[in-house]
Amino acid sequence: MGQTLAEKILSRHEGKGVKPGQFILAHVDWTLMQDGTGPLTVRQFEALGKDHLKDPARCLVFLDHAAPSPRRELSNDHHFLREFCEKTGAILNEVGDGVCHQLVAERHIAPAQVLFGADSHTCTAGAFGAYATGMGSTDVAVAMALGKTWLRVPETIHILLRGILQEGISGKDVILTLIGKLGADGANYQALEFGGSGLEGLDMESRLTIANMAVESGAKCGLFPSDEITRAYLEDQGREEAYVPVTPDEDAVYAREIAVDLDTIVPQVACPHTVDNVFPVDAPEVPKGPVQQVVIGTCTNGRVSDFAAAAKILQGRQRHPGTRLLIVPSSRRVLKALMEKNLLEVFLAAGATFVTPGCGPCVGVHAGALGDGERCLSTQNRNFKGRMGNPNAEIYLASPLTAAATAIEGKIADPRKFL
Amino acid sequence: MRGRGVEFEGRAWLFGDGISTDHIAPGRYFHLRSNLNELAKHVLEDAREDFAKNVQPGDIVVGGRNFGQGSSREHAPTIIKLAGVSAVIARSIARIFFRNCINVGLPVIICDTSGIAEGDILAIDLEKGLIEDKTRKLKIAFSPLPPVMTRILRDGGLVPHILKHGDFSIGT
Repeated sequence: MGQTLAEKILSRHEGKGVKPGQFILAHVDWTLMQDGTGPLTVRQFEALGKDHLKDPARCLVFLDHAAPSPRRELSNDHHFLREFCEKTGAILNEVGDGVCHQLVAERHIAPAQVLFGADSHTCTAGAFGAYATGMGSTDVAVAMALGKTWLRVPETIHILLRGILQEGISGKDVILTLIGKLGADGANYQALEFGGSGLEGLDMESRLTIANMAVESGAKCGLFPSDEITRAYLEDQGREEAYVPVTPDEDAVYAREIAVDLDTIVPQVACPHTVDNVFPVDAPEVPKGPVQQVVIGTCTNGRVSDFAAAAKILQGRQRHPGTRLLIVPSSRRVLKALMEKNLLEVFLAAGATFVTPGCGPCVGVHAGALGDGERCLSTQNRNFKGRMGNPNAEIYLASPLTAAATAIEGKIADPRKFL
Repeated sequence: MRGRGVEFEGRAWLFGDGISTDHIAPGRYFHLRSNLNELAKHVLEDAREDFAKNVQPGDIVVGGRNFGQGSSREHAPTIIKLAGVSAVIARSIARIFFRNCINVGLPVIICDTSGIAEGDILAIDLEKGLIEDKTRKLKIAFSPLPPVMTRILRDGGLVPHILKHGDFSIGT
């Protein structure tokens, strides 16, 4: 019987065939923790009575959620994690290096590998054809110590992409459309696998955005087959040798199939307070009132192509006087590229504020917490009540293009009129 | 958990659909994550302000659809447990939250919760897969957890499980 990508990667990894629904002890290539989940992960690791990591060079620690630290308790958490890295040889990624998922994509992950991360958006690395999934601190602590944890092999939903995106439409609109269709729990306990001829038109950065939000439909992972686009992206990073082809079998068995016609997708907005509350940008459900803050960046949409698309709209224009515009590059490397491509100038001239590469205001800890009654449009992945530090605020999710148009107009706007 | 660790009784606290980990452990208390007892004072604060102040040991959290959606923060089930809650039951439960409950030793049940009202006394038998709503004289059956999860839960969570057996002992 043919295998889906998830079944194939796990089977290859375990050296034996695995089937959906089966419980296995899955072996892991990489583990990941960040400053929000890391201290608990380290304490659980210590509770196991272990004094060394199974594979220190593949245990990644990131200071990205509250970076730079806004208060002493979090500075102490950072210190605790630095000490852990020094003691065990785990790889430390410092304040300002970037968001964990971006750095994993830039430096570490390869197709067909397995990554367990104490962060729900670990599924981002599925863009490479890696079985990457979010877990809790205890799971990751155990995987760091023993190199494995328990796992139920997921069934797979096949997402068949057809056609090509119109101008002004991006990967973010694709995944928002899909989450609107699936619902926030539509893929719970299952894997999403993307396929079809539409893949050819989706670059790696679009794939990273799509895979990043797989978890917002409840999925364990959002998997892309690796292909020439994957290989070229790795080559661009000087990691060509990391490329491995991984594709599903032609007779793979899927739980169900959903076709998405890329040509028909229009700009999408997820309205408060759930990610599946998705409407086209011009729908009556999307409010016309003022937006006080626009955020472009984060692990979902903080890559060079995201900023290039936003800059094309903001070039020669100004943010609305009533709207703050925050730019959050997903890594130092992205920030450097923005400088080299003269995009910093565009954003500065438009009246934008820059936030340290990292999670920025998405987690509600610092750098852009919302006021009571405020409305924010962000390119991040979540709009839950209280997400950006205030349960009395509203968060709307959209693409970098829609965000740029919204920053100019001061209300949620269709980016296509600026193209 | 009382007796053989699979039967217990408590009072129901009702929550709606889509309760996220941001409702359970809000990001504005991020700085309390290394101080779990303090963080537990804010458990579920953005869903029901009265919960953290009034929850009693043994009480049961009853959710709707997709309970625990969102972040991987294990602090969410951990502080629900620290608040004294004996089990979380919901119509459906988000995947990471679900496995985190098992790993921290908090019993978690997926079943039809529509007949349960606020304050009802619920008796749960994990092995039989039965909830008895004593207030409403209602019986709700559910599929018992797979053996892998039952074993981890019985040992009190994944860390105690591994300390007890020296490694995984789940018969995969």
